[in-house]
Amino acid sequence: MTTNTVNPVQLTAKDFSTDQEVRWCPGCGDYSILAQVQKVMPTLGIPKENIVVISGIGCSSRFPYYMNTYGMHSIHGRATAVASGLKASRPELSVWIVTGDGDGLSIGGNHTIHLLRRNFDVNVLLFNNQIYGLTKGQYSPTSEEHKVTKSTPYGSIDHPFNPLALALGADATFVARSMDRDPKHLQAMLLKANQHKGASFLEIYQNCNIFNDGAFEIFTEKSSKSEETLFLEQGKPLIFGAEKDKGIRLDGFTPTVVKIGEEFSADDLWIHDEADIYKAQILVRIFDNPRAQQHLPRPFGVFYQTSRTCYEDMMAMQIEEAKSKKVADLDKLLRGNEVWTIA
Amino acid sequence: MTRQVKVVEDVVIKFAGDSGDGMQLTGSQFTNNTALLGIDLATFPDFPAEIRAPQGTLPGVSGFQLRFSSKPVFTPGDMCDVLVAMNAAALKTNLSVLKKGGKIIANTDGFDAKNLRLANYPDGVNPLENGSLGNYELIKIDVTKMTRESLSDMTMGMKEKDRAKNMFVLGFLYFMYGRTLENTEQFLKDKFGKKPDILESNIRVLRAGYNYGDTTETFTTTYKVEKAKMEPGSYRSVMGNQALSYGLIAASQKSGLPLFLGSYPITPASDILHELARHKNFGVRTFQAEDEIAAITSAIGASYGGSLAVTTSSGPGIALKAEAMGLAVMLEIPLVIVNIQRGGPSTGLPTKTEQSDLLQAYYGRNGECPMPVIASSTPADCFDVAYEAARLSVQHMTPVILLSDGYIANGAEPWKYPVSANLPLIKTSFKTELDEGEEKYLPYKRDEKLTRPWAIPGTKGFEHRIGGLEKEDITGNVSYDPENHQHMVKVRQAKVDRIADYIPDQKIDNGPVKGKILVLGWGSTYGAIKTAVEDLLEEGYSVAHAHIRYLRPFPKNLGEVLKNYEKVIIPEINNGQLVKIIRDVYFVDAIPYNKIMGVPITKTELVEEIRKYL
Repeated sequence: MTTNTVNPVQLTAKDFSTDQEVRWCPGCGDYSILAQVQKVMPTLGIPKENIVVISGIGCSSRFPYYMNTYGMHSIHGRATAVASGLKASRPELSVWIVTGDGDGLSIGGNHTIHLLRRNFDVNVLLFNNQIYGLTKGQYSPTSEEHKVTKSTPYGSIDHPFNPLALALGADATFVARSMDRDPKHLQAMLLKANQHKGASFLEIYQNCNIFNDGAFEIFTEKSSKSEETLFLEQGKPLIFGAEKDKGIRLDGFTPTVVKIGEEFSADDLWIHDEADIYKAQILVRIFDNPRAQQHLPRPFGVFYQTSRTCYEDMMAMQIEEAKSKKVADLDKLLRGNEVWTIA
Repeated sequence: MTRQVKVVEDVVIKFAGDSGDGMQLTGSQFTNNTALLGIDLATFPDFPAEIRAPQGTLPGVSGFQLRFSSKPVFTPGDMCDVLVAMNAAALKTNLSVLKKGGKIIANTDGFDAKNLRLANYPDGVNPLENGSLGNYELIKIDVTKMTRESLSDMTMGMKEKDRAKNMFVLGFLYFMYGRTLENTEQFLKDKFGKKPDILESNIRVLRAGYNYGDTTETFTTTYKVEKAKMEPGSYRSVMGNQALSYGLIAASQKSGLPLFLGSYPITPASDILHELARHKNFGVRTFQAEDEIAAITSAIGASYGGSLAVTTSSGPGIALKAEAMGLAVMLEIPLVIVNIQRGGPSTGLPTKTEQSDLLQAYYGRNGECPMPVIASSTPADCFDVAYEAARLSVQHMTPVILLSDGYIANGAEPWKYPVSANLPLIKTSFKTELDEGEEKYLPYKRDEKLTRPWAIPGTKGFEHRIGGLEKEDITGNVSYDPENHQHMVKVRQAKVDRIADYIPDQKIDNGPVKGKILVLGWGSTYGAIKTAVEDLLEEGYSVAHAHIRYLRPFPKNLGEVLKNYEKVIIPEINNGQLVKIIRDVYFVDAIPYNKIMGVPITKTELVEEIRKYL
């Protein structure tokens, strides 16, 4: 989402922290996300009083208490719906939704998809840790199959969501992925999400070191990160690997890993175009199990971005149009068209 | 031929036909025509849940009851004087409510072999032909044939032509009651202005029906109902959901708060969404949400942003909203929650009326979760009650439940509509300045009403966080402190209780202020209780009627009022809900009278019931 207001006083990250003690478990990925959000906020040029952070329920949903802006810790799954009403009625506000894989994709999945299709100009930060943390360790709708948790002692038989494919399926106008352990990338994605006019869906891989420790370590640890991740950059070829010697090439509709400098050069690779919906459909489907043989690296960055009129703007337009055509005359409304008088 | 004009005082007409026969339209046109003459009236539309149940069948019958009178009218009437039966099924389902000697206007085409079979008449039995209707005055008209004949030179298809047959009946009745056709012709012009064929056919058939009454010798007498002696003033006809919508718009205008409606379609509440969506020129924002939960939570978001926020639904939808209602209680923000009650539980009887959500409104949430409850008693009363719900909500920083029901929602009555300048202002203010001695904004610091200040996003220096977790008194920070929780539970209750200081005392609607029996009602039973008590008062009995608008908290004097009578009878269209609360709060051994048949309580049965205790 975008807001054009310029802030006269330069704020710092500290201005965005509250006097409330942060109560996530030591080592939780949420700390890093909070820090990056607090670092990015002062650079947006939006007055603090125009920022509203809305969350649902879950570990991530404690977020608003730690942000010295306006905020609401609502009920499970409904942050997106609360935000919809707020944004519809106060389009000038900068609205940030903090949700998790349970909150935003399970109990609140319905509101998430509807917010995306309506394209409210808000930012959805979906902290995905592939587990239920607050309720102490049940599998979530993004947990991998066969996962053993407290509620799945014999292994999960649920097939997980692919959150970005879901968002794209709901016609989201901005779809991106980042991670808690890469502060620079996360900051860049937060900025881009904010710059986008429309509903920005940013999935953030977040480590729950208590109930699902290491769920994403293959993407985040130095030893494997460069081989297992693929950082998308607009207009650039899809290259990865410690030596930057591997790339993704489209073979028909199938993305395949190729070695650069042998049969193919960088010119043969898939060039990332955020505006290409067809390629975005393939890109979000690069979702292989990193432990499987012959798998593709996991992409991070902006997968897709397009422009579509926002719900709140169309709502405001309809109201302006109605006002220009018909004066708001309460007495005329109450009187109606057919009246009789008794003397 | 010369005809006599007979003046009658009170008439009840029931229009009944297949749900595709246009009976609702016919009824509402006759209603408007009646209202414009200054005759008092009340209506009761009664339609099946199915949009188009199988044609000709008993479940497919759609009815519209209209009572009009030169005396004040409070109910649509228990029994009918005239029954319009467009087919055999319509006759069969409604004959029991026709007075002996009443008129039946029957469309003979709707009594062919097929229709008779669909209406479950035995083979070979046609009630129009076998003398079984000897106790009634039977007027047989082949409406379909007449309609087709009056359109014989038009090129439209037969099906299209037949659609106008309700206009024939309407024209016929207009003749019968000495009316003119102008308002309906104007209505048709407005409705079908862009479809000249349909406009032409409807007007032609309407006139044909009128002329048929005039030229045939069906009647030697036409009827006239004089103007009612109503309070001087300007009137219009209004339906419950319409009046409710206007009340919300008026409250928005008079409070200066933009109106936001979050709603999900549900019978019989959807008409509020439809109505409000039409008035964007008042700055009304209507949001048809993806479900009931998003409907209320979006309204909570809008309220947080400073709107006059409303969500509308019916029982099943309210059940889905319960958790979010708790959030609104915890956030202590304004929100009007409208429940147009219908028959329950579960999907129940979607198009039938009931008052069975009072206990849901009182208790249907987790935790100690009090919220004011007010109820409308007639269609026009919905305006005042909606206005009042909005006032209580914004002035006391609380969600408010407004209970109406299907009977009121779809019923119409004359309304002495208010002049906007005379409506009381709804004073509200957002917090924009710190109080003396305050260093920062304290979101849960209370005033003498026990309400907290309302600071909205965009207000510099008032950034704060609220949520569903228990709040620390004054600061609003999250608190798990045991003493604080008990204090907050008590203070949320006290805040609602204190509203009793800001509402009017309970009045006695009719009858002595001290006496033998008090008939205590709430909601849509108003008309039935009013007329039943009137009848008994005329007979000299010591009976009074009080009708409660403010159900939570009750008016401060209600306990005293109840003590002034030997017995208290509480009629309700449920299994005894208000009676439970009254017993609980006042230790009064009130007597329940319950009818749970999806239809209003009638005056007649209520008089019978009250008599038992006299």
